[in-house]
Amino acid sequence: MSATTTRTRTVFHVSHTDRSSRIGLAFCSVLLVVLASAPFWGDRQVMRVLTEVYCYVALASLWNLLAGYAGLVSIGQQAFVGLGGYTLFLWSLRTGMNPIYSIPIAGILAAILAVPIVLLLFRLRGAYFTIGSWVIAEVMQQIFLQVDAVGGGSGISLPAAVVKSIAATRDGREFLIYWIILGLVVLVIGLIVVLLRARWGLALTAIRDNELAAISNGIDVNRVRLVVFVVAAFGAAMIGAMIFLQRLTITPVSGFSINDWTVNVIFITVIGGIGRVEGPVIGTVIYFLLRALFADLGSIYLIILGVVAIAVMLKAPHGLWGLVADRYGWQVFPLARRLERRTVEVAAPTELSAPLLE
Amino acid sequence: MEWVNVVVQGVLLGGLYALFAAGLSLIFGVMRLVNIAHGDLIVVAAYMGYFATHLLGIGPFASLIVILPAVAVIGYVLQRALLNWTLGEELPPLLVTLGLSVIIQNALLILFTADSRKLDGGAIEVASWRLVADLSIGVLPVVQFATAVAVIGGLQLLFYRTALGRAFRATSDDQTVAQLMGIETRHVFALAMALSLVVVAIAGVFIAVLKSFNPFAGPLLLIFGFEAIIIGGLGSLWGTLAGGVLLGVAQTVGSQINVAWPIIAGHVVLLAVLLVRPQGLFPKVSG
Repeated sequence: MSATTTRTRTVFHVSHTDRSSRIGLAFCSVLLVVLASAPFWGDRQVMRVLTEVYCYVALASLWNLLAGYAGLVSIGQQAFVGLGGYTLFLWSLRTGMNPIYSIPIAGILAAILAVPIVLLLFRLRGAYFTIGSWVIAEVMQQIFLQVDAVGGGSGISLPAAVVKSIAATRDGREFLIYWIILGLVVLVIGLIVVLLRARWGLALTAIRDNELAAISNGIDVNRVRLVVFVVAAFGAAMIGAMIFLQRLTITPVSGFSINDWTVNVIFITVIGGIGRVEGPVIGTVIYFLLRALFADLGSIYLIILGVVAIAVMLKAPHGLWGLVADRYGWQVFPLARRLERRTVEVAAPTELSAPLLE
Repeated sequence: MEWVNVVVQGVLLGGLYALFAAGLSLIFGVMRLVNIAHGDLIVVAAYMGYFATHLLGIGPFASLIVILPAVAVIGYVLQRALLNWTLGEELPPLLVTLGLSVIIQNALLILFTADSRKLDGGAIEVASWRLVADLSIGVLPVVQFATAVAVIGGLQLLFYRTALGRAFRATSDDQTVAQLMGIETRHVFALAMALSLVVVAIAGVFIAVLKSFNPFAGPLLLIFGFEAIIIGGLGSLWGTLAGGVLLGVAQTVGSQINVAWPIIAGHVVLLAVLLVRPQGLFPKVSG
């Protein structure tokens, strides 16, 4: 028989969650259930707007990961959106397979192509990287414009037979596409949260806050950036595939549109809060509200959007969510790192500890 | 002879690209700002030329007398009222000028519709000199290239021979020390932006005589300027001229092979330079 006594020991523990993130996650879970059941309560119009919202949330989250955390200010993400769309179309046309299967293929292909692209772009510093990324997207657009095998300037459309292979009924197809896009958004945000909570996240946050300090602490900045660029390409291509699967037709102009797939996405991220996971979500909601209010104004609406983005960039560089988060210390996703001192009771058998010391 | 002609055309066109590039690299050099709205400001100058020629009944080149002071004022005010507030970090200037670019494009669209316009250069547009039997060169391209060389030579003189140039170089090297030496950097930055717009407005009027333009023509002009800078090598004005010429030749040779290829030929040269010689062909600081 052993007479064990307990003694207390102080240990340190890195805590991610706090009260706000518990409330936030609970809210997100409820929201997810409500959104996932949208096909049962919403009409076609509601679902159409929601899928568009999801696509922008995903694209903005990925751009935020690039620019807000890794310091890679790309204005060429339309390269991967268009590539994803074209991959889905070409793959399903050539193989006759269900287009849904080509979504991961679109992502993987873009990720593979992203490696040489980013290695080339690394040769440009800072702001020149930005314009370089744009040139890459322009090159892709030009290639798809010139090569007749991929449809040339008039693009390609999905024939009805291919579309019908997704699901037999129109409702079936729309529900399936809706759930896949919702799943992709959850995947993208989940991936970003996991990435940021892992060691990678510490490296990314360090790069975001001070690149020089990050390098001097032994972070291989270029390797982290390469991984982030590839992840962003992977996600953007899958979202691109879904966007054009809904549209059923793609052209070089619509697929590689800098305004649709990058400029708007940047405005969303800047307005919502760059360098925060919550920012792109908040930004997308504001973007769609502004659009609902002013879209009839056409060009004036875009001018308003530009003015708002400039004002936010100058007056609230961390975006609207940043204002709230800085003031109240809120976080929806458990990402903060707080060192907590905890006292734990450890069993300390006295007979055992004595011989061990001898 | 046909190919000689194509190359000569490219060289002469390259002068314009060098001017776009000189304006872009001037502000990047002085204040580390890459102006995404650069191309759109060139288009603004082209529209000013269009309206100056139509309202005042003068030729496009005479209209520069009106346009240049106007764009200088726009540049100065733009810098002091907006862009000076973005400097310091990498992200704000990029995003603010991106916003500016969208605003300018849509404002031009509202004001002037999406119609393509072109400046009428008059008799000089069709005049040409016959050099040898099969080779003649247009007077306008020669004038345009000579202007480009003169402007770049003028910038070179300004940078290395004047007090303003010294202030530009000093702020470029170390903003804080320049400030300590009594240079008012905010004013210097605004002057640099004014000068940049003057340089590109000259090029803008030439390109508007050469090709038609619309409210969305700006982004491609920015890309051409950027390509000339990277091909030529950062920090050297004459290198930028060489970069512009190479880009121009790539484009005219590309379009000679296939009419749809000029733009992609320029992109390919840029990518090749990045791959083989990322510091550019004629960098100022090697290594």
